[in-house]
Amino acid sequence: MKLPKFLLMLPVAVLLAGCQYDVLVPTGWVGAQQRDLLLISVLLMLIVIIPVMVMVVYFPWKYRATRKDNSDYEPDFSHSTKIEVFVWGVPILIILALGTYTYIYTHRLDPYRPLDHVSFNEEPLQIEAVSLDWKWLFIYPQYGVATVNEIKMPVGRQVEFRLTSSTVMNTFVVPKLGGMIYSMTGMQTKLHLVADEPGVFAGRSAHYSGPGFSGMSFNATALGTPGDEAGNDALFNDWIEEVRAQGTDLTDEAFLQLEKPSMADPARPSVPMPVTYYRTVSDNLFDRIAGMCVEPGKVCMSEMMMQDRAGGGGEAGLGDKHRYEYDSERAVDGFGNAMPPQAAPFAPARHGAAGHDHVSAVETEGHTNGQ
Amino acid sequence: MANDAINPYLGPVSPIFGRLTWDWIPYHEPILIGTFAGVALGGLVVLALMTKFRLWGPLWRDWVTTVDHKKIGIMYMVLGFIMFVRGFADAIMMRAQQALAAGGAEGYLPPHHFDQVFTAHGVIMIFFVAMAFITGIMNFVMPTQIGARDVAFPFLNNFSFWMTVAGALLVNISLFIGEFARVGWLAFPPLSGKDFSPGPGVDYYIWALQIAGVGTTLSGINMITTIFKMRAPGMKLFDMPVFTWTTLCANFLIVAAFPVLTATLALLTLDRYVGTHFFTNDLGGNPMMYINLIWIWGHPEVYILILPIFGVFAEIAQTFSGKPLFGYKTMVWATISIMILSFLVWLHHFFTMGSGANVNTFFGIATMIIAVPTGVKVFNWLFTMYKGHVRFEVPMMWTIAFIITFTIGGMSGVMLAIPPVDFQLHNTLFLVAHFHNVAIGGVVFGVYAAVAFWWPKAFGFKLDDRWGHRSFWLWVIGFYLAFMPLYALGLMGATRRVNAYLDIGWQIYFVVAAVGVVFILAGILCGFYGMFYSVMHRKELACGPDPWNARTLDWATSSPPAPYNFPQTIHVRGLDEFWRMKKEGFKWSTHYQPIHMPHYTAAGVLLAAASLVFGFAMVWWMWWLAALSFVAILVIAIGHTFNYNRDYYIPAEEVAEIEAKGAAA
Amino acid sequence: MSVTQTTSLGGAHSPAHEEHHHESPTPIGFWIYLMSDCIIFGTLFATYAVLGYSYAGGPSPKDLFEPGFVLIETALLLISSVTFGVAMLRASAGQLGSTVNWLIVTGLFGAGFIAMEIYEFNHLIHIGAGPDRSAFLSAFFALVGTHGLHVTFGLVWLITLTVQLKIHGLNEANMRRMGTLSMFWHFLDLIWIGVFSFVYLVRII
Repeated sequence: MKLPKFLLMLPVAVLLAGCQYDVLVPTGWVGAQQRDLLLISVLLMLIVIIPVMVMVVYFPWKYRATRKDNSDYEPDFSHSTKIEVFVWGVPILIILALGTYTYIYTHRLDPYRPLDHVSFNEEPLQIEAVSLDWKWLFIYPQYGVATVNEIKMPVGRQVEFRLTSSTVMNTFVVPKLGGMIYSMTGMQTKLHLVADEPGVFAGRSAHYSGPGFSGMSFNATALGTPGDEAGNDALFNDWIEEVRAQGTDLTDEAFLQLEKPSMADPARPSVPMPVTYYRTVSDNLFDRIAGMCVEPGKVCMSEMMMQDRAGGGGEAGLGDKHRYEYDSERAVDGFGNAMPPQAAPFAPARHGAAGHDHVSAVETEGHTNGQ
Repeated sequence: MANDAINPYLGPVSPIFGRLTWDWIPYHEPILIGTFAGVALGGLVVLALMTKFRLWGPLWRDWVTTVDHKKIGIMYMVLGFIMFVRGFADAIMMRAQQALAAGGAEGYLPPHHFDQVFTAHGVIMIFFVAMAFITGIMNFVMPTQIGARDVAFPFLNNFSFWMTVAGALLVNISLFIGEFARVGWLAFPPLSGKDFSPGPGVDYYIWALQIAGVGTTLSGINMITTIFKMRAPGMKLFDMPVFTWTTLCANFLIVAAFPVLTATLALLTLDRYVGTHFFTNDLGGNPMMYINLIWIWGHPEVYILILPIFGVFAEIAQTFSGKPLFGYKTMVWATISIMILSFLVWLHHFFTMGSGANVNTFFGIATMIIAVPTGVKVFNWLFTMYKGHVRFEVPMMWTIAFIITFTIGGMSGVMLAIPPVDFQLHNTLFLVAHFHNVAIGGVVFGVYAAVAFWWPKAFGFKLDDRWGHRSFWLWVIGFYLAFMPLYALGLMGATRRVNAYLDIGWQIYFVVAAVGVVFILAGILCGFYGMFYSVMHRKELACGPDPWNARTLDWATSSPPAPYNFPQTIHVRGLDEFWRMKKEGFKWSTHYQPIHMPHYTAAGVLLAAASLVFGFAMVWWMWWLAALSFVAILVIAIGHTFNYNRDYYIPAEEVAEIEAKGAAA
Repeated sequence: MSVTQTTSLGGAHSPAHEEHHHESPTPIGFWIYLMSDCIIFGTLFATYAVLGYSYAGGPSPKDLFEPGFVLIETALLLISSVTFGVAMLRASAGQLGSTVNWLIVTGLFGAGFIAMEIYEFNHLIHIGAGPDRSAFLSAFFALVGTHGLHVTFGLVWLITLTVQLKIHGLNEANMRRMGTLSMFWHFLDLIWIGVFSFVYLVRII
C-alpha cells in the first residue's frame, strides 16, 4: 500500500468516539489489511460518489421550473456522446482499479493461506474450533487441552484455526483480529489470524443458529507484548498449565454430553455458557466431530466418501442406515431443548432394516427449559 | 409460550386435526391476543359496514372476480400496504427489543418470539410487500404504456393475484395458530430441517412461499407475453417506455429465477415430509447446495424488485424535468446488462463459506461490474434534470431522495462485494444497513413515488401535496436515523439477528435507530392520512387525464381509465408517442367500434381459496383435508377449462356513452 | 385506425381498419412456461449431479437399475410422442374421430409408462432403497418422480381434452389446446431423454 498512512487514518479518527469500532481499529494484521482495503474502496468510490451527490442537489435546484431565466431550458436535450463516454468511462476505470485491489487482497487474505509475513521461527498455534448448540469448543491439539468459550494466544504468533460444527451452521469471528468463516457440520474450514497487540477481544458467532444464538460469544485474549516472542510463549504456557490444573477430561462421553443443546440462562439469552477447561482431549476428537462419528458405531464422513468412490455399500448396505444417521439424534424442539428423534410423516416404512436399537432415548430433561 | 404450557412440539398427531393441538393456540400471549382482538374487531366492523351498505355484490362482481389489469394492480397495491403494516409492526418490535436488551438485559421478546419476528419481517417485506407493490405497479401501468387493452392472459392475472393473497394469508394465520419459522428469511438448512426446526413454522414458510410463488411465476409469464404480443401497432421494442423495458427484464428474471426457488423449496419440503436427505448433514446431504440454489434465485430477486423501480424513477424524472429521458438506449442496455449479470454473482452472499480465493475474486469483481450499469443509470437520471424544467412535486422529491440514498447503498454494496472486506462485515448490521439502504431507498421510496405519480391516473384526483411532503420528509429523516446507526454498529462487529447483546456501548445506537423507526411510523401515518384526506377532498383535487404533462401512452387514457383503456387503437410512431400526439393536437375520434374484452371469472379466487386450505392442511398434517382440497383444486381447474365463453364485445354505443361521460367529468 | 389521429398534423398513418386483432398469445406464453419448467428440471438435474454419488453406505445405480426395464419404459414414452404427432396430423386434417382415437392410444402408452415407474418406485421402497436411504436416492426419486408427476398431469389433461373434443369438436379453442398439450408432451419426452441418459444410462455403464 502506497497511500500515505495519515490519509487512511483520517476518517478513522473522525469516526472514533471510543474504541468500539472493532473493524476500523483492529489489533491484528489480517484485520488491519481488511480495514485498509475497506478505506481504499471508500476513497476510490468517493471519486464518483461526491460528484453525484453534488449534481443531485445542484441540477434540480439550478434547473428548477420556478427559476427567473428559463433560457437554458432545452426541452429536447436527451443525448450527448461526450457525457455518455464519461458516465460509462469513469465507473469502468474505478471498477478496474477496485478489481485489481480485490484480486490482490483476496488472494493475500485468503483465510486458508498461512500468513507468510509472520516469522516461522515457531509453528503456528493450532486451534480447532467447534460450534455447538450454543457455545464454542476450542481444542488446542499441540497441547492436548481444550476450553469452552475461551481462546488465549500469544501476541505475534500465527494462529491456524480449523473449524467445524456439531449441528447447524455458525460463523466464527473475532472482529479485532479480522476475518470470518463458516463452521459447518461434516466439513472443515480454515482461518489464519494473528494478534499484534495484547488485549481481550470479543468473539462471536455471526450466523443465526437457533434460540441460543445470542449467547454464542466468547473472549479471545492475546497474551504478552509485541516483539517478545519467548516471553509471550511463556505466558501462554502458564495459561496452558492453568487449564491442565483446573480442567477435567474431555472423553468421547464427555463430549457427547457437552454437545447437547444448552444455554447459560434461557431467560437471559445474551449470557454465554461459562468458560470450562479440559486438561485432556480424546484422540482425534476434532476429526471425528468433523466426520460426525464421535458416537460409537457411526461411520465417519471420510470413510463414507471412500465407500462412495468404490460404488457404495450395495444392496447389502441397505440395512446399515442407522450407522450414517446423525441429525435426527440431535433434534431440538422450538425452545432449544433436546427432543427424541422425529420421523418425517411420509418417510417410507423400513423393510428388513437391522433394528432400531440405535434410537437411544435422548433425555428431554432440559437445561434450557422453555420460556 | 409460557413456562407452564405443555410443550406443543411433543404433542400427539390425530387423524382429524393432525398435529394441531390447543397448545398451539397462543392464548397466553398478551401481545398476540391483543393483536387478534384488534384484527377480529376491525374485521367485524368492516363486515358490518359492508353488509350495511350492500357492498358484497359490487365487491365480488367488480373486484374479486375482475380480470381488469388496472383493478388487479390496485388490489396488489392494497395487499402490499396491508402487509407493509404487518411487516413494519415486526420492525417496531425488533427495534424496541434491541433498544432494550443490552448488557445482559432480556428485553421483552424471548428468542422464541424474536426469531419468528425477524423471519416474518424479512419474508413479508420481500414476498408480500415489495413483490406485491412492484407487481401492482407493473400490472397497472405496463399495459397502458404499450397501448394494450389488458394483459395477454387476464384470467391468469386474477389467479396470480389471489394466489399471492393466499400465501399472505397463510403467513398471517401462523400468527394465531401455531408459530412462524424461526430460521431467517431464507431458511438455511440444516437449521430449517425437520430435526432442528420440528414445529409447523418452517412449513408455514414453505407453503406460503410456494403458493405465492405459483402466482408470481404465472404473472411473470403473463407480463412477458403481454409485452411481446399486445403492443400497439407500430410500437417496436425500442419504442417502449423505459418502465416497460424494466418490467420486461424483471419478468424475465422472475421466469428464470422463481423456478429455482420452487424446486429448492420443494426439496426442503421433501426433507421435512418424506425424510429425504438433500440438505441434511447426514446420509450424503449437502446444506451448502441449498445455500447456492437459494441465492441463485435470491440475487436475481433483488433485481426483480429494483429494476421496475428504476423504470418508475425514469418515468418520473423525465416527466417532471420536462425533457425526454437522457440516454434512452443506454438506459435500456444498462437494464439488460444488469439482468444478465444478476445471474453471475450469487456467491457473493457467502464469500465466508470457504470458497477459494479465485472463486471469491471472480464473484467479487462480477458484482462490482454491476455497479457500472447501475452508475450509468444514476448519471442518466441526473442528466435528465440537466437543462430541464424541474418541478418539485412529491414524486420528484422521492426521486431525488432515492438517488442520494441509493448511491450510498450502492457504495456500501460495493464494499461488501470485496471479499476480504466482506469477511469483516458479512452477517453484521452493516449488511442489514446496506440492504435496507437499497431496499427502502430504492423500492419503498419508488413505491411512494409511483403511488403519488399514478394515483391521479387510477382515481381521477391528485393526492394532497402537503401531506405528501410531510410523509416524505418524515420518511427520509426516519430512514437515515434508523439505518445509519446500523452501519456504525456493523463496524463495531455487531451481528444481525441477536435478540440481546452484552456490549452496553451498542445500546445508544440501537436507541437512535428506534427513534428513527418512530419517524418512519409518522411518515407512514402521514402517507395514509394523505390518502384519506385526498379521498375526502377529491372534488378539489380532481384532475384531467394528463395532470403532470407526461410523455407516455398511459396518460392518453381518461382518469380513471375506461375498462378497455383506449377507445381506439393507437398507432405508434416512436418513443414518447403521447408527447408527439399532444404536440400534434391529438383528439379521440367519435367514431367508435365494438371492443373485444375478456369476461370476469370466479375460478381464480376459488382455486386460490382451495390452495390456501391445502397449504394449511399440509402445515398441520391434516391429510384428509389436504387430499380433499387437492381434489377441489383439480375439479375447479378442470371445470374452468370447460368454460368456452370467455370474452365478449362492448358495443360501440356503450363505448360512446362511456367516452361521453369521461369527457364531461 | 388512424381515425383517432386524423386530427393530427401529420396524419401519415394507414387508413382505418377494424379493431386491431392480436394473434393468440397462448403458444408463446405456454412456451415461456415450458422454459420455466425446464429450469425446475435443470435444478433437479443439478441436484442429481451433486448428490448422485452420495450412497451413504447404500446401493448405487448399478445395484438398482435394470437397463432392459428402463429401455421399455423409454420406448413407451417415445412411442406416445409419435402417436401424439399422428393425432395432431389428424386434427389438422379435421378428422375428429381419428384424432380422438390417436389421443387415446397416446394416453394408453403414457399410462403404461407411469405404471412401470410406479412399479419401479414401489419395488425400490420395498427393498429399503426409498428416498430416505441416501442423498443419491433422494435426488433420484425427486427427479424421476417430478417427471412422472408431469406425465400424470399430462394424462389428466389429455383425458379432459378428449372429452372436450367429443363435446365441441375441433374448434379454434380446442385446436389451440391440442397445440399446447402437444408442446407439453414432447417437452416431457425431451426431459425424459435427459433422465434416461444421465440418471440411468451413464450410471449403469
